[in-house]
Amino acid sequence: MRVAVVQFPGSNADWDALHAVRDVLGADAWYAFHKETSLGDADAVVIPGGFSYGDYLRAGAIAGFSPIDNSVREFAGRGGPVLGICNGFQILTEMGLLPGALTRNAHLRFECRDIHLRVENEGPFTDMGKGTVLRLPIAHADGRYHTTSEGLAELERNGQVAFRYSTPKGAPPNGSDANPNGSIGDIAGVYNRQKNVLGMMPHPERASEAILGNEDGLTLFKSLRRHLGFE
Amino acid sequence: MSTPANFPGEPDSSPEIAREFGLAEQEWDRVLSTLARAPSYAELGVISVMWSEHCSYKSSRIHLGRLPTTGPQVVQGPGENAGAVDIGDGFCAVFKMESHNHPSYIEPYQGAATGVGGILRDVFTMGARPVASLNSLRFGRPDHPKTPHLLKGVVAGIGGYGNCIGVPTVGGEVQFDASYDGNILVNAFTVGVAKTEELFFGVAEGVGNPIIYVGAKTGRDGIHGATMASAEFGEETDSKLPTVQVGDPFMEKLLLEACLEIFATDCLSGVQDMGAAGLTSSSVEMADRAGNGIELDLDAIPRRTKALSPYEMLLSESQERMLMVAKEGREQEVFDLCAKWDLDASIVGRVTDTGRFVCKATPGYDPFDGTGEPDPVVVVDLPVDLLTNAAPKYDRPQEARADQANLVTMTGDAPDDLGAELVRLVGSPNIGSRSWIWRQYDHIVRNGTVIRPGEGDAAVIRVFCEDDSGTREKFLAVSSDCNGRHVELDPFGGAAMAVAECTRNIVCVGAKPLGLTDCLNFGNPEVPEQMWRFARAIDGLAAACTALDAPVVAGNVSLYNETDRKAILPTPTVAVVGQLEDPEHRLGLGFVREGDVIAHLGRPSRGVLGGSEWLVQRSGSVTGAPVGIDLEAEAALQHAMLELARGKLLKSAHDISDGGFAVCVAEACIAYGHGARVTLPSNEDAPAHALLFSEEPSRIIVSLPAGNVGEVGDVCRRYGVPFEKIGSVSGQTLVIDDVCEVPVEELAESHAAALDAIVS
Repeated sequence: MRVAVVQFPGSNADWDALHAVRDVLGADAWYAFHKETSLGDADAVVIPGGFSYGDYLRAGAIAGFSPIDNSVREFAGRGGPVLGICNGFQILTEMGLLPGALTRNAHLRFECRDIHLRVENEGPFTDMGKGTVLRLPIAHADGRYHTTSEGLAELERNGQVAFRYSTPKGAPPNGSDANPNGSIGDIAGVYNRQKNVLGMMPHPERASEAILGNEDGLTLFKSLRRHLGFE
Repeated sequence: MSTPANFPGEPDSSPEIAREFGLAEQEWDRVLSTLARAPSYAELGVISVMWSEHCSYKSSRIHLGRLPTTGPQVVQGPGENAGAVDIGDGFCAVFKMESHNHPSYIEPYQGAATGVGGILRDVFTMGARPVASLNSLRFGRPDHPKTPHLLKGVVAGIGGYGNCIGVPTVGGEVQFDASYDGNILVNAFTVGVAKTEELFFGVAEGVGNPIIYVGAKTGRDGIHGATMASAEFGEETDSKLPTVQVGDPFMEKLLLEACLEIFATDCLSGVQDMGAAGLTSSSVEMADRAGNGIELDLDAIPRRTKALSPYEMLLSESQERMLMVAKEGREQEVFDLCAKWDLDASIVGRVTDTGRFVCKATPGYDPFDGTGEPDPVVVVDLPVDLLTNAAPKYDRPQEARADQANLVTMTGDAPDDLGAELVRLVGSPNIGSRSWIWRQYDHIVRNGTVIRPGEGDAAVIRVFCEDDSGTREKFLAVSSDCNGRHVELDPFGGAAMAVAECTRNIVCVGAKPLGLTDCLNFGNPEVPEQMWRFARAIDGLAAACTALDAPVVAGNVSLYNETDRKAILPTPTVAVVGQLEDPEHRLGLGFVREGDVIAHLGRPSRGVLGGSEWLVQRSGSVTGAPVGIDLEAEAALQHAMLELARGKLLKSAHDISDGGFAVCVAEACIAYGHGARVTLPSNEDAPAHALLFSEEPSRIIVSLPAGNVGEVGDVCRRYGVPFEKIGSVSGQTLVIDDVCEVPVEELAESHAAALDAIVS
C-alpha cells in the first residue's frame, strides 16, 4: 500500500500520520508538500492534523487553495480513499469534498483527551463493524461539526455518518461531555456521498501502538489496507 | 572620537534619559568614562538593554559561578542558547527554561504565548527539534479578583502557541499563593533532540561572513521589554502594555522547519534567535562568543511599519526572528530554503574583526514607503566588550531574614474529622487535579507521550533519533518543580528540596536524571534580605545538584518580581531531563492492582508541618519550622528507587510532596479508582494530622506484587534506605489506621473539582 501524507505549512500531525502508516502499519508512505502538484502513485491520501496556515481566517480555509489541492480533488474524484484527520477534516470541508463545517467547540476551549466513538456505518476505513466502540484521543479547538437540518437528514439517509461520540459502552452521550465539542448529532466523522473520503476529528494515528497505551486507531488503517486489497 | 549621529527627532542622551532607560547614576557615569564621550540616543538604548538585569545578570553573575555545571554527560553547559546532555549513540537532549513573568501579568495570553515561542526558539536555534514542553506557573491566591483572568489567559496562551506549532506540552506545575497576587510567574521549558556533532551555536565566526535576518518583520512591539523585565511593578504597570510582544506561532512553525532544513545543509557558521533585546543582543552576543565584531546595515532590516528609528529597530522585541551567519558564498542556499517556507530573508550585515558593534542607517530614508535614498551614516559604534563582559557586575549586600530564629514548630489544632480534612485538602487548588489546564494543551502530538500528564510523577516521552544507520527510539523523562514556601522558610534547604523533588520525580518514573535547568525567580536584589535569599538558594541548588548528580546546563534569572515593594516567595524553579534505559522500566503514580503491597521508602515523617499546604491553609501564612533535607539520604533513596524500577520490581511509585503522606496515597488511589488500607509509617510521638500532612522530603510510596517484598526490601537495605510495608491495595476505600476512612470516589470527585471555583 502506498500512502501520501499531504504537508501544508502549519501541518503538525504530519509526522504522527507518517509514523503510524509507515512505521507501524508497514505501508510505503511519504510527504507530499503543498507546493507540489502530484501525489505520486498513491493508493490513499492522508490530510493530517495541525494548524494549516495558522488556521488564520478559519480553520482549514486557506489550505483549500494550495497547488496540491487539485491533485487531491482529482484523486478523490477517481474514488481514491482520502482520510482527513482533525485539521485535515476541516480542510476537506473547506475544499467542499465533505459536507458541513467545523466550528469552535461549544465550551470554547482547546481540548485534548481520550474520548469514545461508535462506528455508525461501514466504509473503506470502517470495516470493523457497525456498533464497534473505539477509544481515540482528540486535540482540537474547532471540532464542533455543524450542518443544516436537511444536510443532517441527507447524511443519515445516505449512511454517511462514520462515527458518533459515545460513552465507553457505546451509548449516546445524551448531552454529556462524552460529546466533547457539541457536534450536531454527536457526529465525530463523516464520509462523502461516495464513501471514499472520510473526515474525522479524533486522531486514529495517535492511538495505533501499544507503547502509547492504545491501538484502536490502527483498526482504521488496517481496514483501509483490506479495502485496497493488500491483505 | 565624536558621538555617532542621532536620528532626526531623537534627543541627545542625558542622565535623565539614562535613568528613564533603567540605568543607575553610577552606570551612566561608567558609560561616559568608558566611551570618553556621550553616547548617541540609539547607543544609550543599546547599552541600557545590554546592561539590564535581564541581559547582563549583573546582580546574579557572581553567584551563578557556584553552581556545578560539569559531568561526563554534559555536552553543552550554561552560556549558549540552551544546554545539552548526552543521550547516547551520538544524540543529545537540548533544553532550557525561561521566565516570562512580567509580560504575562500585563497581558496573560500574549505574555505566556511569547514565553513559549522564545524558549522553543532557544532550543531549535541549537539545531534541535523540540519534542516536549513544560510550564511552571504561579498565581495569586485563588480568590484574588485577578486570578481567574490571569490563569485562563496564561493557559490559553501557552496552549495557543504550543498546540499550533505542534510540540506537546506534557506537564508542569502550578501553585497559588498570595505572594504572587501582583506578580505571577510563567516559566516555560522546552527540550529538543539533536545530533551532538551537528549542534549549532550562537557565534559570529568568519570575518566577512554575511549576517542574514530571517523571519517576521520588525515592528515597534516590545521595545525595552528587557528593561521592563528588570524593574519592579508599581501603580503604573497597566500603562506598560506596548512593551508586551505579540506571538505568531504559525510563523514560528515555518521558522522551525526552515531552520532545521538550513542547518542540515551546513551552510551556516552561527545562528541566534532574536529574543530579549532583539537585534541588539543577538548580534552582540554572537560577536562576543566569537571574539569578533559585527556591522549592521539598518536600512536593510525588514520592517512592517514606517519611520522606524535605529533605536526602535535595535530594541524591538518583535517575535519569530532569527539572525544567521552564513558561510561566505552560500547565502543563496539560505534564501532558497526560506523561499520554500515562504519566509523573508535579507542580508543585514557582516562579521568584522574590529571587536565593535557598529550600526549604520540613513536619516530620512525609509524602505517601508520608499522615501529618500540610502546614504547611511554611523549611528552606533560601541565596543562589544562594553556590552558583555565589561557590563556592570555587583556583589550586592545581603542580610539574613530578621525573624529566622522565630520560625518554630507549629502543628495547628488537630481537625476533628481527618477523613473530611483529607477530602477537602485533595480538592484544594494547590493540590487537586490540573486536568482543566493540561486538557487545553496538545500533550500527545508527535506520537511520543508514553506517560501523560497526571499519570506519573514525571512525563515520559519517546523521541525518534534518526541517522544513517536508521531510527532509534529513546525515552526521556521531564519534570519541573519548586515549592517557594519551603524556600521562603529556608532558602538553602527549600532550593535543595526543589532539585531533590525534581530528580525524585524522574527516578519515580524509572529514569536516570541527566541534567538540570534552573529558572530563578526572586524579588528586588537591591533589598539585602532578597539578595540573601538568592545567594542562599544558589548554595542550596549547588549542594543538591552535586549530591544528586544533576549538573546545571542552562538557566535563567528573573529578579525584581515585586509589586509595590511586596516580593514573591523566592521561587528557584528547576526542570530536570532524565533518560530511561528501557521503556519497560516506566512507572505510573497510581495503584494498579487489588492485593498489591503498599510500601513506604525513606525515613518516616517526624510530623514537621512548616511551609505545608495544610498549615498555610490553617494559619493563613507561610510559617513554621523549616522541614530541612538530608541530601545523603535523598541520594540513597533515589539510587534505590532507580534500581527498583530497573529491576521491574514495582507496580507504581509516587513521591510524597505537596499535601504530604495522606495526599500522596490518596492520589495513588484516585488514579485508577483503587482503595487502600495502610498504616502511618512513624514511630514519632506526633499528632496524626501532622504525620498525615507534613511535607518532609525524601519519601516515596510504592506498590508491588506481594511476592517482591523480600527483594525490594533487600535493595533498600543495600542502599541504607528504610523500607516499611504499610498495607495493601484493597477495595474502594482509603483507610489510614483508625484516623481516616474515605471512599475513593469521594476523594476523586473533590480532586477533579479543585480548579472549578476559579475557572467556572
